[in-house]
Amino acid sequence: MSLKLFTSRADADLIVKDAAKELKAPARRLFGKRILSLGGLAMLSGCSISDDKSVNAMLRKISSFNDDAQAFLFDPNKLAPTYPESMITRPFPFNAFYDIDEVPLVDPSTYKLTLGGLVKGKRVWTLDELHAMPQESQITRHICIEGWSAIGKWGGVRFAHVLARAGADTSAKYVAFHCADNYSTSIDMPTALHAQTLLTLTYDGQILPAKYGFPMKLRMPTKLGYKNPKHIVAITVTNEYPGGYWENQGYNWFGGS
Amino acid sequence: MQPQTLTQTLRAVQPLWLRITHWINALAILIMVTSGWQIYNASPIFKALTFPAALTLGGWLGGAIQWHFAAMWLLVGNFTAYLALNVATGRLRRRMFPLSIKTVLGDAYAALRGKLGHGDLTHYNAVQKFAYLAVIVDLAIVILSGLVVWKSVQFPLLRALMGGYDNARAVHFFGMSFLVAFFVVHVAMVALVPRSLVLMIRGR
Repeated sequence: MSLKLFTSRADADLIVKDAAKELKAPARRLFGKRILSLGGLAMLSGCSISDDKSVNAMLRKISSFNDDAQAFLFDPNKLAPTYPESMITRPFPFNAFYDIDEVPLVDPSTYKLTLGGLVKGKRVWTLDELHAMPQESQITRHICIEGWSAIGKWGGVRFAHVLARAGADTSAKYVAFHCADNYSTSIDMPTALHAQTLLTLTYDGQILPAKYGFPMKLRMPTKLGYKNPKHIVAITVTNEYPGGYWENQGYNWFGGS
Repeated sequence: MQPQTLTQTLRAVQPLWLRITHWINALAILIMVTSGWQIYNASPIFKALTFPAALTLGGWLGGAIQWHFAAMWLLVGNFTAYLALNVATGRLRRRMFPLSIKTVLGDAYAALRGKLGHGDLTHYNAVQKFAYLAVIVDLAIVILSGLVVWKSVQFPLLRALMGGYDNARAVHFFGMSFLVAFFVVHVAMVALVPRSLVLMIRGR
């Protein structure tokens, strides 16, 4: 008996269809495998996607959107946690964009702090004048953008008081800092006026040592480490975006915590 | 393989919204994990563990942070939509429940003996249900601990819940580890049952 006797025309069509399906399956699997290897290859080629100009422009745009999001989240009345003396990290880590033997040595006898830009009051300050103002201290957590954190004790003048004495326009958008080591950064006005933002002159009860930013460091427990400038020599109140050393290279500008 | 009924064939096993949110989530996780590894390398929690540069995204710390804090919006937005649609359509209840420890252990034992069938893709076995629910909870933990690492001063309650800033970093790390472990098993299972990949693309 031949096969023909048992298969009608319709059955034959179905058999052909099934066979075609079976043929397709390996082809599909191959396609899937190729997609996987393509993905793997793209991964192995590394960071090429980060070098693309349009991708970088998009990332910068989102980063500046994140500045706005953080300004929105920032509560001027919310205080960063404080800690007991026993929790201070010893030794507190030295951290800068250079090695410890390159720390600038500022001469206190000739040192003057200048406040410029949108200020109507006292523009030139000596260290003695700053020491004569009411002093506060705080034990807070310094959080680095790298992820590590350390608890330290800083003392100094509330920055809002200095801005008030300088007759600063507190409706201005930015306060910029220029430092003896050529570092620069800038912050938003609400953070500048925050109760825990101190222009610090001491560390752990001693005059601020050079490695921690002599003659002064602006300490903000509401911002990441790179936003806390050391060795400050000039402060500018302005409405024009000042940027900063790390910010110009791609670190987020607001850098809030 | 069990024969599929006509209705099962016509109605998408994985609805369109689920397939879209699944693949957006896959992309977001890929960016978050690879950029997160680069950020981790800047200050490793465990001195002995760093991630190979070839597997990281961003090129340097600043670039990685830009990627991480861009993709976080994609991840959180998509995860919220995924959860909302899952609850609103009743899919979560229909496909993930009922679920008991007994059935999970039973199916896990069957799987270990190689006797857990994967023939009917319209139903999840108990191990699948458990794994999918666990990874949803894990994603929520990763997002919340990440929020504490990013904004520890602004979210004091969440910070306390995570056990402080440093602890939140550890929670974030282990949450990522579970996510990556899930990903490895998930992809291995897809390789074993390739039809499930077609299902997540075409819906049927």
